[in-house]
Amino acid sequence: MTALERPADLEPGAEPVRKRLALVASKGTLDQAYPPLILATTAASLGWEVGIYFTFYGLDILHKDRMEHLKVASLANPSGPIRVPNLLGAMPGATAAATKMMKNWMKNAKMPDLAEFMEMARDLGVTLFACATTMGVMGVKDSDLIEGCDIAGAAAFLDFAAGADVQLYI
Amino acid sequence: MDIEQLEATDTLDTSGLLCPLPVYKAGIALGKLEPGQILRLICTDPGSLADIPAMARQRGDTLLASDSTEGSQVFWIEKGSQT
Repeated sequence: MTALERPADLEPGAEPVRKRLALVASKGTLDQAYPPLILATTAASLGWEVGIYFTFYGLDILHKDRMEHLKVASLANPSGPIRVPNLLGAMPGATAAATKMMKNWMKNAKMPDLAEFMEMARDLGVTLFACATTMGVMGVKDSDLIEGCDIAGAAAFLDFAAGADVQLYI
Repeated sequence: MDIEQLEATDTLDTSGLLCPLPVYKAGIALGKLEPGQILRLICTDPGSLADIPAMARQRGDTLLASDSTEGSQVFWIEKGSQT
């Protein structure tokens, strides 16, 4: 049983300063989609202003159809769910098995799935920047993306990130 | 501060949940309280010992006290005047 002293800088009535987090989500695999969403929902829960810039393969996280089908790489992923010699990761079905295994891990740990994380992020007011160049390069249309995305280029994101206290590239 | 004297307005049990869910759910619960009211938060996430004090500091709430029992921690958080 411990009692904690009230920190001097958190006196009631102290004016809160809203911090800002700017994230880049550049990966389109299931395992790499979680970290930006975990950080974003946490920061927003702390009262921070949060924006995520989804670029290159990371744009798949905002893609209505592809988001449901993100996979865990079984090849060249030595820390992946299936610990087998690297070449065996190229066997048919290995990617599907690794993906299924990770989904089971998350479910058993009572972690939200990606769609639930996206809903949490939107409810918390996280800004979802969709990289306009990636859309052009990969032929992704506005209507392919989930609702509520801000289509933006690098300058718009950098303008947001320039005012951020924390910037991370994932 | 004597935790026997702390009167919580609300209790949130996040047993079995991992980061970011305890902080996410605590944020929602604290959002429903008035400044000065107290949330009693129960966590089993091993990260919560570090996370909950950090959450209170970042949100501008006050961690009044904490108590460890077998496998779980209880935190008393007084909502600050933010929001």
